[in-house]
Parts: sequence; structure tokens; C-alpha cells
Amino acid sequence: MGIEIRGVNKNFGDFVALQDIDLSIPSGQLTALLGPSGGGKSTLLRIIAGLESSDSGTIEIEGLDATGLPAQKRNVGFVFQHYAAFKHMTVEKNVAFGLEIRKKPKAEVKKRVAELLKLVHLEQFSHRLPSQLSGGQRQRMALARALAIEPSVLLLDEPFGALDAKVRKELREWLRRLHDEVHVTTVFVTHDQEEALEVSDSLVVINEGRIEQIGTPDDLYDRPASEFVLSFLGPVTRLGDKLIRPHDIDITRYEHAATASGRITRWTRVGFEIRLEVTPDDVLHPDPVQVILTRTEATALQLHEGDMVWLRPRAGAEAALAR
Amino acid sequence: MTVDTPLAPGAARKRRARSTTSLTRSSGLGLGIALTWFSLLVLIPLSLVVIQSIDGGWQTFRETLTNPQTAAALRLTVTQALIVTAINVVMGTVIAWVLVRDSFPGKRLLEVVIDIPFALPTIVAGLVLLSLYGPDSPLGVNVANTERSVFLALLFVTLPFVVRTVQPVLMELDRDVEEAAASLGASRFTTLRRIILPSLAPAITAGAALSFARGISEYGSLVLLSGNLPLKTEVASVRILTYIENGNEAAAASVATILLLVALAAIVLLQILSKWVARRG
Repeated sequence: MGIEIRGVNKNFGDFVALQDIDLSIPSGQLTALLGPSGGGKSTLLRIIAGLESSDSGTIEIEGLDATGLPAQKRNVGFVFQHYAAFKHMTVEKNVAFGLEIRKKPKAEVKKRVAELLKLVHLEQFSHRLPSQLSGGQRQRMALARALAIEPSVLLLDEPFGALDAKVRKELREWLRRLHDEVHVTTVFVTHDQEEALEVSDSLVVINEGRIEQIGTPDDLYDRPASEFVLSFLGPVTRLGDKLIRPHDIDITRYEHAATASGRITRWTRVGFEIRLEVTPDDVLHPDPVQVILTRTEATALQLHEGDMVWLRPRAGAEAALAR
Repeated sequence: MTVDTPLAPGAARKRRARSTTSLTRSSGLGLGIALTWFSLLVLIPLSLVVIQSIDGGWQTFRETLTNPQTAAALRLTVTQALIVTAINVVMGTVIAWVLVRDSFPGKRLLEVVIDIPFALPTIVAGLVLLSLYGPDSPLGVNVANTERSVFLALLFVTLPFVVRTVQPVLMELDRDVEEAAASLGASRFTTLRRIILPSLAPAITAGAALSFARGISEYGSLVLLSGNLPLKTEVASVRILTYIENGNEAAAASVATILLLVALAAIVLLQILSKWVARRG
């Protein structure tokens, strides 16, 4: 059940957008499709919605073969990056649109719309036009509109991509809570790894038209299947022969059995975080190593730019990938 | 998450009121220049026409209008302009749609050709129409000296209006919005009726108003083909010219005033219609 994708291929002219995609997305979960721009994740989402057709392969939604079905008959809710609001209709009318198309009785439509507007905290805006709303409010309206038709799956294409950082963070938390309430199978596309890690139950990393890895956020972060996944999910640096996350490096001013040693050649402070670059005195690995530690840690260690330091992986650092 | 509170209605009203009453120096100057320009070019000449028409008293006005030849000319002008505008609304929108949404060989050429009726001096258009649909028609279609000649000439010169007003709006229209409607279950037709047309309504209205205004005032392109037969193919603008030539300026002004009122009524009606379509969507 959920969504079953089998052998999907899609080309745009010579450009291979998707290559042999096999994927099952379980019912009731919040799944993120994560990957760099142009990697094919939006195309996959649009194929699931029926807004784009695949060159080959099949799509099953909740046990029904949807491969040949037009978007109108798939009963999916779709939320676009740029809201796609019906500009000439009030918020209320926007949300009611799908229900009116289905010729539901007026009283029922009214009741359902009121419920949904309450769910997305837009009750007091029901008679406004979309142009009178902020970006975050518009996206919530779009979400209510998509949920109105009681879709079997909810698809969101970079839903928070057009919003500013603070609103994005708020909406992200809010989407998570909403999903815990509504429990509809949800797939959302994002290129923001933090967003994906924070919100989703499971993650699908897509790059250059292929699936790189599928798993829970913890799986992917701790046990990345490839260098690509490792580097896409967060910052990485090379310490000796291994790739490691910069905050998983132990740094001291005293000589001990270390993987590398060298001088601190760069010091950047960003809020509570201190980002260092240590240039190793190892001729085999001369590239600077990135180290991230907190301000308090740096103070406790009495570190300063230009100091000689010794580096080694911290105990419990699993995200190391041999090369 | 933060709960958004709507602006208190009083606050919104206060702000709006302030912005209309206090003009900065530069915007005041701008408004002054615009109004002066508009008055010199439009308001004063128009009021002169109206004054002239009732200068000879209501008597002349009424006599002119009840003159069977003038009444026939006015009726012909307005009905033909209405029919042509109705056709333009449909065909213009379709052509704009094809130009924006489809790609085909020769699209660029068509883009240019659409504007020809615009660019062509109207008398040249008249000549073209006469040689094509006149007594010596190579196509074997002779509509000279019939009502259809007026219809044809108006259709020719008003073609670009709706196309050119709808095209830019259609280009700006988000494809996302149509996809959103589709995913909510709307058929192509429902999407067109409830989503696309309401967005295009203001542009279509503007095009229709231009087309109608041009239709009731057209002269050059139809005089050659229509033959200007009294009671049959004579249009209002030809009628005005005849009155002037006969030295009856008050009567000419009366006809002009009627045309003015008809145009005004048409624009207001179209505005209301457009609002209604946009709201109903």
C-alpha cells in the first residue's frame, strides 16, 4: 500500500531526469525526497501526481494502478512552491474549490471549509483574497485546499522554498504537527537537508535521476551509503584517510596519539559556533581540516588562531566513511 | 507558531484616508500635469461637441435623431460594431491562446501579421478589401454595397485589439494554477471557465471596449467597399461628414454626441460584466 513506483524512467530530450526508479512509500508516513536541484525529485513527485507522464514504469497509489490516470482522477493533493493560489477567489472559495467540483452539498462544503481553515489557523482570513495574505499564510491556504478533497496522498513540491528562513522553520514544525493529526500519506520534496531531517519519518535521497539511499533520518545521517549522501546531509571534512563530520573531531593543544596535527590557520565565529581550519603538517594529507566546536568548548581548551593542535575522531563518531 | 491578527478595520481605513488626502509636492505636480493634459486633449474638445449639439436647442437634436437616414446609420453602426466585438472576444482570445501556448512553424510571422490591420492606414485597408471582396473579386466574393461589407471591414480593422490585450496577461498566467485545479479534480473545461477566464476577463473587456469604440467610429476602411448607400450601408461617421459638408454642424455634433454616449455606455457595461465574471469564478 502507500505509493508503489516500479521501473520509472523519464527523459526530457537528451536529458535523463529519472532512471529506473523503484520505490515504495509506506502509508501514513511523511517521506522526504531530498536531493540537489535538477536531480529529478520534483519530476518524480509530478509523475506521482499525474502532472507529468513517465516514459516507462508504473505508479500505484493505495493499491490502485494510477499509471494511465490523469491528474484529475488520482485524488492527490498537490502543494506548489509558489502557492498556485486562485487569485480571484477568496481564501474560503479557494479551499472550497475541490469540493464544489465534486458537487458536494453546500452545507457540507461550508462545514468542511470552516474545519480546514481552523486547522491551518486562517479562520479570520476566510474572506480575504490571496494577495492580502503573507507567503506563509498563502501556503497554509494551499495546504488546506489540497487537504479539502481528502486526498489519498498529499504531495508537496518544495513547499517552504519561497518563504523566508524564520517562517520556513515555523511552517516546518507546524507541518510535522499537522501530519501527526491528519495522518495522510505525505511526500515532500526539498533540497534543504535540515528540513528533511527534522520533519520526515523516512528519507529518499535522489541525485542525477537515481535513488542514492532510502532510510530513516538517523540511518542516513549515521550510516550513509555513499560519499554523496554523507556530504549532502551535512558538512564533511577529510581527516587522514577518512571523511568525517567537522563536529566529530576531537581537538587539543597537547600532544597525544592523534590522526593529524597542525596549526589553526582560520578562525570563524558564527554565533555560538566556532569554525576552524587546521592545516596539517602531514605531507600526505596537506588539505586543511575543518573543525566545528562551540564557543564554550573553545574557551575551555584555551584555543587561539595560530596555535598548534592535535586532531582525532571523537569517540562514537560513526559517520566516517573510508575512501 | 505565531497567530496572525487581522488589522483592525479602523486602522486600515485611517491609513487609506491619509494616503488620498496628502500628496507630496512631486506627486501633486504629476497629477496637475496629467489633468491639464487630459483636459486640453480630451475633456474640452468633448464638452465642445456636446455643447454644440444642443446649441441649436433640443429641437435640432431630436430632429437629427428622428431623421430616418440618420437613425438607420446609427443602428447599422452600433449593431455591426456589437456583432464584430462579440466575434473578436471569442476569436481574439483563441488566437492569443494559440500564440502563447502553442509553438508551431511560422509563429513569429503570425505575430507580425496580427498587427497589420493596426499598422495599415485605414484607407489602404479599404482598398485591399475592395479589390478582394469588391465587384472584381478574384475570389468571386462580391459584398460591395451590402451590410456585409461594413461587417467585413470592421472585422478586419478590429482584429488585433483583443489578441493584443489578452496575450500579455495569458503569458503571465501561472501554469501552476491550472495544474492545481487539475489535481483538485477540475476538468480542462472547468479550469478554463472558473480559473482562466476570470483571470483574463479584465483583459478581454479592455480589448472588447477598444474594438467596439473603433467599430462605431470606423470610416476609412469601409467607405470604399460599402458604397455609403443611405438607409442601407451608410454608417454614422459618414453621416457626420455629410452633415458637415451641408453646413449643418449642430446635427453633426448631435450624431457625434450619440456615438459618444454609446461608447461610454459600452465601456461601463463591459466593466460591470468583467467584474461579474471575475467574481463568479
